[in-house]
Amino acid sequence: MTATPPATPKRAADRRVSRKGRLRERDRTQPLDSDVQIVTRRLSKRYGSLVAVDNLNLEVRAGEIFGLLGQNGAGKTTTILMLLGLTEPSAGGARVAGFDPTRKPLEVKRRVGYLPDNVGFYESMTGRENLRYTARLNGLKEADAAARIATVLDQVGMTDRADTRTDTYSRGMLQRLGIADAMVKNPSVLILDEPTTAIDPLGVVEILDMLRSVVRDRGLAVLLSSHLLTQVQSVCDRVGIFAAGKLIGVGTVHELADQFGEDVGRIEVGFEGLDAGALATTAAVLGAVEGVVSVKEPVRPIDPFVLMGRAGQETGRLREAILAASVQRGLRLSLIREVVPSLDDIYRRALQRLPDARSGAAA
Amino acid sequence: MTAQAGTPSEVPQAIDREELPALRPGWLTVAAKEFTDHLLSTRFYVLVVVLGIAALIPLYFAAEQIRAVAEAASGAPAVFLALFVLSPQGGPDLLRVQAFVAIAAPLLGIGFTFDAVNGERHEGTLPRLLSQPIHRDDVINGKFAAGLAVMSLVLAVVVAVIAAFGMFRLGITPSVEEVLRVITWLLITILYVGLWLAFGLFLSVVIRRAATSALVGFGIWLFVAIPYFGPFLVQLLGSFFASGATTQADYAGTIQWAQRLLPSQLYTEASAAILSPAVTTVSAFDIYSAQAAQQIQGSQLTFDQSLLLIWPHVVILFALTIGCFALAYARFMRQEVRA
Ligand SMILES: Nc1ncnc2c1ncn2[C@@H]1O[C@H](COP(=O)(O)OP(=O)(O)OP(=O)(O)O)[C@@H](O)[C@H]1O
Ligand SMILES: [Mg+2]
Repeated sequence: MTATPPATPKRAADRRVSRKGRLRERDRTQPLDSDVQIVTRRLSKRYGSLVAVDNLNLEVRAGEIFGLLGQNGAGKTTTILMLLGLTEPSAGGARVAGFDPTRKPLEVKRRVGYLPDNVGFYESMTGRENLRYTARLNGLKEADAAARIATVLDQVGMTDRADTRTDTYSRGMLQRLGIADAMVKNPSVLILDEPTTAIDPLGVVEILDMLRSVVRDRGLAVLLSSHLLTQVQSVCDRVGIFAAGKLIGVGTVHELADQFGEDVGRIEVGFEGLDAGALATTAAVLGAVEGVVSVKEPVRPIDPFVLMGRAGQETGRLREAILAASVQRGLRLSLIREVVPSLDDIYRRALQRLPDARSGAAA
Repeated sequence: MTAQAGTPSEVPQAIDREELPALRPGWLTVAAKEFTDHLLSTRFYVLVVVLGIAALIPLYFAAEQIRAVAEAASGAPAVFLALFVLSPQGGPDLLRVQAFVAIAAPLLGIGFTFDAVNGERHEGTLPRLLSQPIHRDDVINGKFAAGLAVMSLVLAVVVAVIAAFGMFRLGITPSVEEVLRVITWLLITILYVGLWLAFGLFLSVVIRRAATSALVGFGIWLFVAIPYFGPFLVQLLGSFFASGATTQADYAGTIQWAQRLLPSQLYTEASAAILSPAVTTVSAFDIYSAQAAQQIQGSQLTFDQSLLLIWPHVVILFALTIGCFALAYARFMRQEVRA
């Protein structure tokens, strides 16, 4: 959904005009963003003088995984609690799964699966019994519930331990069970507060893959908050960077890179069969290419050179020039690619641009 | 968007959102779960053992005496009730079913709810529970209902066991009025337990640690429900409020009012009046002992007269229960979900 080319909306708009009333009529009853599952408008939360969430505007669509990033105390959990109607906003409003969480909390809660941070379960009950309770609270019939529970337990890889008491579970197992618990009700929106903090690396990959496939198959909207940037980068369609209650950047990782990245193109170039002695000369060759501002030599010859282009320059041209120079000098090119800044870099730069927000959150 | 123009398959198919299952009342689901939990818990066994002792009193200790009373007053209307009000010969006053229940029931009541909400907080299950499609008050309503159901069940079984013993082993046939009196007593006892359940619930909402709320509840029980401390507390409070009183009558009046508001006094009076037709007044200080009442014939109240006598007590107990519950409710509704 997010990858919609920029030209499309315009075309759709043209068509709407040409077909006159019919589509317009449909638009009114079924708004253009009928697949928007989470919307907030000027959502705010104050605790005394502390502004935990400040005029937040956010949108998450069906079929999309949205990552909420932010430092400790940035207001992620507070936002999530407001989306579920568990905390009253001080100002502004939200619509989740088509309903206002403050006015119609039950309608929201029966459509939204929620994994709280530090999720807990009834210790004297088994994992399966805990999920059965959730299923009952959601009105599922016993037979449907049993099948559904088996499915979600399998999806999070907890089938083996489902019938032991939850006080014997490890932190990561509790978190897996928590994800299963959020999915028992067959939600159309999933809100996960730090879903993978305690899960082992391979487990994380499995769970994120699972999430991706549920989102793809069933068009769920997922909002997740996390501190683990590489995971967010790998799984989220769009990312929102949160600082001191404000959303300071939203978009795909590429869009954020444009917004917060350096203004210069960065290109990695690697060569085959290069020996250590040839590093300096190769660097000189690359440095002489039109448009290259600086070259960083690798320590080992198998690692790539890192080239910086001029500010505002198109990197496509630069790549062609490098290719040409390499061929001319008989260097065997093995790699040439533009480096997309990691979310790590983007996140750091985004926060650095907010000197006062940073100190505010730390205080 | 292109999808909107024609090919609906490109729109991520909304999973059949319209087919949401019908919700059951949330408090019922919560209560059912809590009820099963209770039946499997250690505190349930404590409850059964403690109230079992109450049932044993007439079965073993007081049986001889009841036989004697029954022989002496054959045809007397209240022999069946004696099962609940007599203590064994020379035994302490506490060993009467009525007195024993008056002391044990509050503690058991608190025992079932003191960790109702703070326990969920501690386990980290509260946010998860509240994110299910139930109203927030369903949680405390359900927990209250489950506690009340368990206590009522056990109390009813105890009363049934005592009655069966009286009927089949001692051969006492209760009159309709006696049956009505025992049932009313059971209902009043359940109401009284409800008050303590609500109080425990309130503690579990306002006190964050379960251990602390248990301790506070126990301390208050000690002063309110134990006969040695209760009157002492009343004197203390009464003299505090009556310090402005000039006449002796004023003073006595204030003391009595203080007493009337003490739930344990209310319950003791009400249960004495309903179980002994001979009890004709309910000013807290001159409840006749059951033995004395047996001898004063002729001044017996009918069931509806007794009921009339204790009606204010029942109303105040009910109001106190509602008050406690409302306090717990109001606090819980405003509380942050996060610990
Ligand atoms: N009940 C409360 N009373 C007062 N302040 C609160 C309360 N709950 C949260 N806050 C404050 O609101 C701010 C936002 O908290 P929140 O829990 O939303 O942060 P977060 O982004 O989830 O942080 P983390 O990454 O640590 O989970 C914090 O400064 C916190 O201290
Ligand atoms: Mg948080």
